[in-house]
Amino acid sequence: MSDNQFYESFEELQQSHPDLDSKELVLNMGPQHPSTHGVLRIILKLDGEKVNGLECVIGYLHRGIEKIAESRTWTQFAPFVDRLDYTAAVANNLGYCLTVEKLLGVEVPKRAQYIRVILTELARLASHQVWLGTHVLDIGAVTPLFYAFRDRETILNVFEKYCGARLTTHSFRIGGCRWDAYEGFSSEVLRICDDLLPKIDEYKNLITGNRIWLQRTKNVGCISAEDCLSFGITGPVLRGSGVAWDLRKAQPYSSYEDFEFDVPIGSAGDTFDRYVVRVEEMRQSIRIIRQAVEGLPEGPIIARVPKVIKPPVGEVYLSTEAPKGELGYFMVSDGTPQPYRLRVRPPSFINLQALEKMSKGGLVADVVAIIGTLDIVLGEVDR
Amino acid sequence: MPEGPEGNLPEPAPEKAPTTPAPAASAAAPAPKPVPLPWDCEMVQQLKAAYGDAILQAATFIGQNFLVVDRSICRQLLATLCQEHSYDRLTDLTAVHYPKDELPIEMVWILYSMSNNVRVRVKARFADGEEVPTLTDHWVGANWMEREVYDMFGVRFAGHPDLRRILLPDEWTGFPLRKDYALDKQDTDWVRKNLGIESGQ
Repeated sequence: MSDNQFYESFEELQQSHPDLDSKELVLNMGPQHPSTHGVLRIILKLDGEKVNGLECVIGYLHRGIEKIAESRTWTQFAPFVDRLDYTAAVANNLGYCLTVEKLLGVEVPKRAQYIRVILTELARLASHQVWLGTHVLDIGAVTPLFYAFRDRETILNVFEKYCGARLTTHSFRIGGCRWDAYEGFSSEVLRICDDLLPKIDEYKNLITGNRIWLQRTKNVGCISAEDCLSFGITGPVLRGSGVAWDLRKAQPYSSYEDFEFDVPIGSAGDTFDRYVVRVEEMRQSIRIIRQAVEGLPEGPIIARVPKVIKPPVGEVYLSTEAPKGELGYFMVSDGTPQPYRLRVRPPSFINLQALEKMSKGGLVADVVAIIGTLDIVLGEVDR
Repeated sequence: MPEGPEGNLPEPAPEKAPTTPAPAASAAAPAPKPVPLPWDCEMVQQLKAAYGDAILQAATFIGQNFLVVDRSICRQLLATLCQEHSYDRLTDLTAVHYPKDELPIEMVWILYSMSNNVRVRVKARFADGEEVPTLTDHWVGANWMEREVYDMFGVRFAGHPDLRRILLPDEWTGFPLRKDYALDKQDTDWVRKNLGIESGQ
């Protein structure tokens, strides 16, 4: 092609150059790719820069967690759930403990419920900070990553002081909490809340009005509320499409009914709306934490639970609002100290399924933005 | 509430995960065991009128409703629940393997109604090797969930558009979540060929 002629369309170019190879390009992305947030492999079918279709190949991090559960006792399995969504291990732990407690019929003391809420909301903040930093980094802004990770550090310090671990915390036990709030816990958590609120404004100042950010996120990866329903999508992705559905409000657990907070929603269901929803959720988490710390009741932190946990024969499904969406546990007990079957309903796995729908027809660069906005964790996708 | 020897200790309570379970501890004061109670409501009556004996059980267990149905009507019933009774979201679907039973595969569908904020579990038993009707035409999201059930249990779904393994490698043999698949079992041929090591254990 020596001419400098301008072609109106790709078809026109093909007509004037029939020898031009215009086959669909199949491009492999991952599993080792920084923007896939782990070991996700995507087979892209491209027409130039346009995505004609894609296929997710998952399972690189499959550890057979559900199989392992069948050979552990109910108590022994609890630390394993930390390894699902490792950016918010506390939230996984809460869901697991609540489900076993439901099967056992155990009432958790109020103080333990409040401590659980405080730590879970801190985990939500930490998880959203990881999302914010990496998502924005994928799109090309490097600075917010350092801001978000700097502030996440203060939250991880609380986890470390509380239970000794920063990521895989195993912070709760069946029946309540293993540890009481340490000395100075309340004041430290309140200080984090006070510090974080202006910092969320700082994130917004850095990102929200940025022209490149707007161009990369507005009308990118749109998904309608009906599609969300059909895919089973939950969490901030569903709320970004305008459905005000949050399990903390719909089916409150662990005393969430005691706290006042709003459920932020978007309208267009695009990447920008999901960004706004998650950032607003961080403010709401701070609101919940403040109320929980100020109203933290005195009393025992763990209920009377038998040493060997043998739930009655039966099945239970319970779900909680994890940072990524509805995290459910389906448990079948045959009355022995080990689960007969334990199924995790992972929000990331189910949300990831919409990646093809959201990316199709868009540009290949937007795939990276959409993976970021879905906020998946491969530990949870692959289990 | 089950009574145990452990009290509400103000000091850090001892670990509740003993490596050797103490048998004496389980002989604590017995609490009344929860049992499934009959579940009756307008919807159940309508379903019973429509499907008759194919609704094997409608019950509530610790406040959670479930239906046990005959496998012949499961697809139709799930569609009815979705379209007429506003159970519009398929939260999850999975299977449980009971190798000693005549119909060893129990399929479990968990539905949720966005408008009424209620859940229901629908269960149906299938024979080994029998095909389960797919739900991908009602809920797109059933696609991966059914693939996972196929991957883990070897259950085939009739009408599924793309029934392949999802978490395990495509060439893997065996279905890990079946009860006859031992915990340390693995596809050693696959491991040798693809990973170049003798054993993954």
